[in-house]
Amino acid sequence: MVIIESTELNHLLEGLISRGYLLVGPTVRSGAIVYDEIRSAEDLPRGVGDEQLPARYSLRRRDDAMFFGYGVGPVSWKKFLYPPRLTMFRATKAGKGFTITPGETEPRPRTAFVGVRPCELNGIIMQDKVFLGGPYVDGAYKKARDNAFIVAVNCTESGANCFCASMGTGPGVTKGFDIALTEVLQGKRHYFTAEAGTSLGKEVLGALSTREATDPEAKAGLDAVARAGTSQVKRMDVRDLPQLLNDNFENPRWDDVAKRCLACTNCTMVCPTCFCSTVEDSTDLTGTHAERTRKWDSCFTMDFTKVAGGNIRPSTRARYRQWLTHKLSNWMNQFGTLGCVGCGRCITWCPSGIDLTAEVDAIRGNGVHA
Amino acid sequence: MQTENLTDILRQHPFLAGLSEDHMQVLVGCASNVRFAEGAPLIHEGEIANKFYLVRAGRIALETDVNARGKIRIQTVGPGDVLGWSWLISPFRWHFNALAVADVRAVALDGECLRKKCEDDHDFGYEMLSRFSRVMERRLEATRVQLLDLYTTSPGARV
Amino acid sequence: MTHETMNAPAAPREGVRLHPVTVKKVIWETDDTFTLQIDLGALGNTFNFLPGQFNMLYVFGLGEAAISISSDASQTGTLAHTIHRVGTVTSGLAQVKRGDVIGLRGPFGAGWPITAARGKDVCIVAGGIGLAPLRPVMYAMLRERTAFERIILLYGARSPLDILYRVELEEWAKEHNVEVLVTVDRGDSSWKGYIGVVTTLFSYIKLDARATVGYVCGPETMMKYTIDEMGRRGLAEDQIYLSMERNMKCAVGFCGHCQYGPEFICKDGPVFALPRIRHLLDRKEL
Repeated sequence: MVIIESTELNHLLEGLISRGYLLVGPTVRSGAIVYDEIRSAEDLPRGVGDEQLPARYSLRRRDDAMFFGYGVGPVSWKKFLYPPRLTMFRATKAGKGFTITPGETEPRPRTAFVGVRPCELNGIIMQDKVFLGGPYVDGAYKKARDNAFIVAVNCTESGANCFCASMGTGPGVTKGFDIALTEVLQGKRHYFTAEAGTSLGKEVLGALSTREATDPEAKAGLDAVARAGTSQVKRMDVRDLPQLLNDNFENPRWDDVAKRCLACTNCTMVCPTCFCSTVEDSTDLTGTHAERTRKWDSCFTMDFTKVAGGNIRPSTRARYRQWLTHKLSNWMNQFGTLGCVGCGRCITWCPSGIDLTAEVDAIRGNGVHA
Repeated sequence: MQTENLTDILRQHPFLAGLSEDHMQVLVGCASNVRFAEGAPLIHEGEIANKFYLVRAGRIALETDVNARGKIRIQTVGPGDVLGWSWLISPFRWHFNALAVADVRAVALDGECLRKKCEDDHDFGYEMLSRFSRVMERRLEATRVQLLDLYTTSPGARV
Repeated sequence: MTHETMNAPAAPREGVRLHPVTVKKVIWETDDTFTLQIDLGALGNTFNFLPGQFNMLYVFGLGEAAISISSDASQTGTLAHTIHRVGTVTSGLAQVKRGDVIGLRGPFGAGWPITAARGKDVCIVAGGIGLAPLRPVMYAMLRERTAFERIILLYGARSPLDILYRVELEEWAKEHNVEVLVTVDRGDSSWKGYIGVVTTLFSYIKLDARATVGYVCGPETMMKYTIDEMGRRGLAEDQIYLSMERNMKCAVGFCGHCQYGPEFICKDGPVFALPRIRHLLDRKEL
């Protein structure tokens, strides 16, 4: 483990730029922390914190100069790996037939993700299983994933909607990063402990003027991360969770949550693991050029389960149940883990403030237990 | 000889599976062997229902007259099936027409004769009623599914 | 369980490319159902499928629909799809003429486990367009007729005019010793066959329940009643297979649309052994 002084953080970013990486990281836009292209440490939300509650999000000025002193915002990294819109192919009429050309012809830039939180890194690992782990591979995802360099940042504070400790996905990273940082600010002493997770990460760190962390320096970082975990107030009770939801397909709580759920799709859009998509086929006015676009979709939309015989899930009750049961039960059958990382985004960005941990507690309280 | 033969035939019919020997003897007194050639009518809508049939072979179509639309075929019954229960329920009138659409062999059971035996021997009556309830329940279920018109698609269909 | 799958290639592959293919022939089976015969062209050399698998068919600019393959898997270079005209894409496909080009991706999904039925009786129950994905099963079994004991086909259609593959149904019965029973929901006086739901046909066949494999395809409600009837007649659940339908978009398990509880119909199905999905069948709005 090495030390990067806070004043030298920019050297790390410059090092990545000089290696040809496009940097994306946290920055303030329209009153929120979003992930977007950044050019230097200047673009980071230094001294900015946030307040999150169910259906509430606001930024605040911190009384310190932390670079990463905020919780996760509305944007997750999935938009860079699994873009909200993607042209799948273009087709052009030729005689009675047509020719097909791939949608993406521009090479994707190598991209460094700066400031990936542990919960989010676990979200990426979960989407890897979806798009890369089965018999078929999503080519666009694979390209973007292969081109991504991950600078993770451990959490030293937990927001009111965070429950990564329950899900085992934070507040510290354990795998999947190229470099992992922990930001430590004690009085005037402000530094990062840095650890490489890959040989490439080691190479990037090695090119900086760093030194080995002393035991107290390392311990200060580890303690801060541990405190973020123990101070977390929100919890998800995960005991036998897949079985619990499977056994409670019929439960009055689904009616209750359906009264509050607007089926607005916000939770699925902000969720770092939600992966559903739809395709849109279109032609130009002449009818000679067609293209297919893939777009993020949500199991909360009315069209999602349309079949020849009608609609499978017309009620909001059934759609909320599908979403929650997929995340916390069926995901286990499909991919071997739960599909929730405890980032709390769906709670923050739900206009009704529906809190999935409370829904699970309610079902556990009144439900069927095997 | 004739009676013995009829008993054997009755015993083979699924509707009477497991019927006691005593009850079989009661029943056979009301039974007769019948045949209908293709096209022959078995039942006329509105007429007194004084029989039911245990079908052994062939096929019978049930029809009803819908004024402007003519005769609508609702259902067929075939080997192993029972045709008719109006003999059992007042006012004992048929609610549909039935005709053979393939040569039919069946055992006809006289309704009046049976009703009397059901009155005289309530155990026998219970046996008959419970067997008919089962048939009606299955027929009702099948009719419900038929009503669903499952092979058409709703206008909401998309792809 | 010998559940036939070709959906698990040794090496991961990309979401399968769209291939332009030429329509050789359009056969109108009924008023609203038609069969497209397709010339696979160069794709024919490598294209193999299992009975029960489906393709995604693309109409230029209009979109894709998941359609079961309804032709003989032993034929090379050509394919048939029988399509019920119900929505935008299938209406687009209905306008396709001989010589036109459509797009094709596939084949996808798990097929019918035909090897599981060798040496046994087979009871096939089809409802409506559900006969289409079972036709390749008939072809496969008839090619080795002696490898199977009785073959029973119970088929329910809406009306006599909606019966698919009439000529073949007669041929299977007359020339291949298949017990074919057809029933319709609505008949008229010219129809001398059975009238009533497909499950009523079970009264007219005698099943040797311990030596029979059941394949069922049709609307979900029809399949539920059918498996209940099969159960009543003593068929073991692990001898019953059914083909499920959901809104399939990507066909490779990415888009999430066809989820059925823990299953993806597109890649885990569409054909399932009954025990695997038995607990899901009675769940409303799943």
